[in-house]
Amino acid sequence: MSRRRAWSLPRPLHPGAWWIWALGLATAASRTTNPLLLILVVVVAGVVVSARRGDAPWSTGFRAYLMMGLLVIAIRVGFRMLLDGQHGTHVLFTLPHLPLPEAVRGIQIGGPVSAEGLLAALYDGMRLAALLICVGAANVLANPKRLLKSMPGALHEVGVALTVALTFAPQLVESGKRVHRARRLRGEQKRRLRLVEQVLIPVMTDALDRSLALAAAMDSRGYGRVGLVARRTRVLTGLLVLVGLLGLCVGSYGLLDTTAPRPLGLPILAIGLASAGAGFLLGGRRVQRTRYRPDPWRIPEWCVSASGVAVAAVLFVTASIDPDALNPSLQPLQWPALPVVPALGILLGLLPAWVAPPVRSSRPAPSRPPATAAADHGRHPPAARQNEIHPPSPDAPSPDARPLAAQTAPPPVATPR
Amino acid sequence: MISFEHVTVRYDEAAEPILRDVHLTIDEGELALVVGTTGSGKSTLLRAINGLVPHFTGGHLQGRVVVGGRATAENLPRELADVVGVVSQDPLSGFVTDVVEDELAYSMEQVAVAPDIMRKRVEETLDLLSIAELRARPMRTLSGGQQQRVAIAAALTGHPRVLVLDEPTSALDPTGAEEVLAAITRLVHDLGVTVVIAEHRLERVVQYADLVLHVRSDGSVDTGDPATILAGADVAPPVIQLGRLCGWTPLPLSVRDARRQAAALRGQLATLTPPALTPDAAPNAVALRARNVVVRYGDVTAVREVSVDLHPGEVVALMGRNGSGKSSLLWALQGAGTRAAGSVDVAGTDPGRATPAAARALVGLVPQTAADLLYLSTVEGECRQADLDAGLAPGSTRALLDDLVPGIDGGQHPRDLSEGQRLSLALVVQLSASPSIVLLDEPTRGLDYGAKDHLAQVLRGLADDGRTVVVATHDVEFVAAAAERVVVMAEGEVVADGPTAEVVIASPTFAPQVARILFPEPWLTVPQVAAALAHARATAP
Repeated sequence: MSRRRAWSLPRPLHPGAWWIWALGLATAASRTTNPLLLILVVVVAGVVVSARRGDAPWSTGFRAYLMMGLLVIAIRVGFRMLLDGQHGTHVLFTLPHLPLPEAVRGIQIGGPVSAEGLLAALYDGMRLAALLICVGAANVLANPKRLLKSMPGALHEVGVALTVALTFAPQLVESGKRVHRARRLRGEQKRRLRLVEQVLIPVMTDALDRSLALAAAMDSRGYGRVGLVARRTRVLTGLLVLVGLLGLCVGSYGLLDTTAPRPLGLPILAIGLASAGAGFLLGGRRVQRTRYRPDPWRIPEWCVSASGVAVAAVLFVTASIDPDALNPSLQPLQWPALPVVPALGILLGLLPAWVAPPVRSSRPAPSRPPATAAADHGRHPPAARQNEIHPPSPDAPSPDARPLAAQTAPPPVATPR
Repeated sequence: MISFEHVTVRYDEAAEPILRDVHLTIDEGELALVVGTTGSGKSTLLRAINGLVPHFTGGHLQGRVVVGGRATAENLPRELADVVGVVSQDPLSGFVTDVVEDELAYSMEQVAVAPDIMRKRVEETLDLLSIAELRARPMRTLSGGQQQRVAIAAALTGHPRVLVLDEPTSALDPTGAEEVLAAITRLVHDLGVTVVIAEHRLERVVQYADLVLHVRSDGSVDTGDPATILAGADVAPPVIQLGRLCGWTPLPLSVRDARRQAAALRGQLATLTPPALTPDAAPNAVALRARNVVVRYGDVTAVREVSVDLHPGEVVALMGRNGSGKSSLLWALQGAGTRAAGSVDVAGTDPGRATPAAARALVGLVPQTAADLLYLSTVEGECRQADLDAGLAPGSTRALLDDLVPGIDGGQHPRDLSEGQRLSLALVVQLSASPSIVLLDEPTRGLDYGAKDHLAQVLRGLADDGRTVVVATHDVEFVAAAAERVVVMAEGEVVADGPTAEVVIASPTFAPQVARILFPEPWLTVPQVAAALAHARATAP
């Protein structure tokens, strides 16, 4: 097998690469209000998502992000129309004006709505929506939990806490639904106060029960083993990381705020980085833990993240050279033109649709002939034969469902080939 | 492998110790079965093995528990993770990750197994429990039996020498339970893992056990080989009850053993007819008429054109695999669940179109987690609220509760009740609206034999009052004792509907133990046989 084919074998891409790519696209989107470029960004994200998403639960939400984007635009335009529509000369229509007391003179509700105002709101809404959709694309393409797993060893505990929280939210929604349904069985009183009592209390007790069960399970499975590390080392690690993070915060503030005294900037940032780094190193050494199948960072990961960075870079450069192309003029009104260089730059973001390895399906390969499967099962000792011969697709109502005959029929017999 | 030296456990708020002077040893490679009534301390015993009691749960443990040479007093549960693997009752609540393969690796990551060994062990374990096809599947899409096997696999990858399982088959249909038990026995026989398992449904596991630990209600524990201990235990599966009734020695533990000894009994019973559960009460009256009921969730059809008539005064068991549409059908019949098509008619009204309060007066449903119905902080409060909702005289619901289960303290929190008591409270709350039809979804989960017998009596009593009772359940023994009609569902359709004896006797999955032992004679339960034998003895000269 050639080298090129070896790295393009189906596997999940490193989640970090997807996030760099998506943040690159998002940064690009934040640089422009040109609707054509923004549409291009969303199309690029959409194409890559449809080409490279898996069939896991977190991969199905892209449509929801698109809807959310539309909602953002609608809200933005709606409010602009209502509150601040009258900038510009091309008045499209006039909303009934709501007179307000003199004290709030700055605010105006209703009144004339101009094309310029509407378009400005639309462009702004589109930019926000594009940002949201880019982040959504990252969420859909990369399992957020795998990203947490890639955190440095010293932050393992934090990572697990976040993972558990991520699992917890959908479970909470589920038990809320269940209890709400059960409420109808008791006749569903109209009094609102009861709602809190009837839904909130059972859901909370359920959640508490579940977290206790999870804590017990995690404890039994070795979570938080400290092994043979001295207490002093642990305290030192915690201290280093804490000081480091504080330094990072203060340092970046100093760097970004131009009025802050100079030494608050780079020096503090450097100290913070060093301290956090030392903490992580020390912590990583003390951690008596290993990682199962860590996501490798290979050529596709480099390509995917590079394409994201490239998109951002092209837009940054054009923004400083030719800002008018990225922000179409509203005064006077004119059709936005599609600037060639930024458009080509955004198209670079399409690269992952080809360079990222295809995802492995979580469903078993359908091409496997049943006869082979039966023979495989027949080779197992009798105890193993009870198992599914045709694992159903995960979205079936009961993954365990088999024809009744399969339950009663004798186990498949090994056929020599 | 595991030794308890004079262990006494007392929880802080309890007056009496839950385990009293437990002294026992479980050797390497044994399958030990922990039996006892609900609340007798089975779970405490299991959790003491890896130190969750008292490190995690609190309470006071006196004495010494040693596992694989390490005492739980000096080792926290997490430090014992490489010796003891624990599988909890509800595996889903114990999963840390969301994909099967990662879950299997989790324990090993914690105990720092080298990556290449980890990779190898995951593959081996996937094969060992035959879940290789599930490796990339998210947990939530697995069926109950698959989840349980994944949980066992996840506990096994760390190569613990002891595996502790708390009611591994309680939520599973008969086939799913078989899968899990087959996997467990394979571990014991092929790998020499020491397994400690607590289970209410003894009929499923007792024949595999090498050792039985019987936790008595006073907290003392008897240990011995299964036949000896179960001869005198307060919980016994039907096969043992039948053995005790007929005085068979040695006491049979499996259907196979019992069949060998039952030849004489079969001959004797061939001349007798089993008593029918109820004389048919007006078979033509229809309490509920459902026609072509369809339930869909998105593009999944859960119930597919089901038509069924329910008659007053009958107890109907609704059986079928996990996910065959039983719950969906019950919810659709009650009207609280969705119904895409079809009609339901109770005394001329469609409960799906009625207001929730009116639907409740027609059809009462006790959901799978009965606690969802209860939200007040005392039993008394729940009863009062039920009176208020149904417009009854104060105290009526409480009186009904005392009829069903006497002696529940009204000031108790519903969550502190035993499983059976909580179920009764939920049932009584639903009965307060005096529906003519009562539906119960999986009521036998977590009930011991005594509680199940009691529930069967209660349901029969409701039917005798002219109500219709429908019970969705996996518990074949309960069905044999309580129901006169069985409806079997598969993939959302009704595949069998008829008198219990006709439907279950020939079925390899749904036949109760007594039917298997006495096949081809149509007997279903031990009390039936006992009554017939007593009657024959009395009428004989």
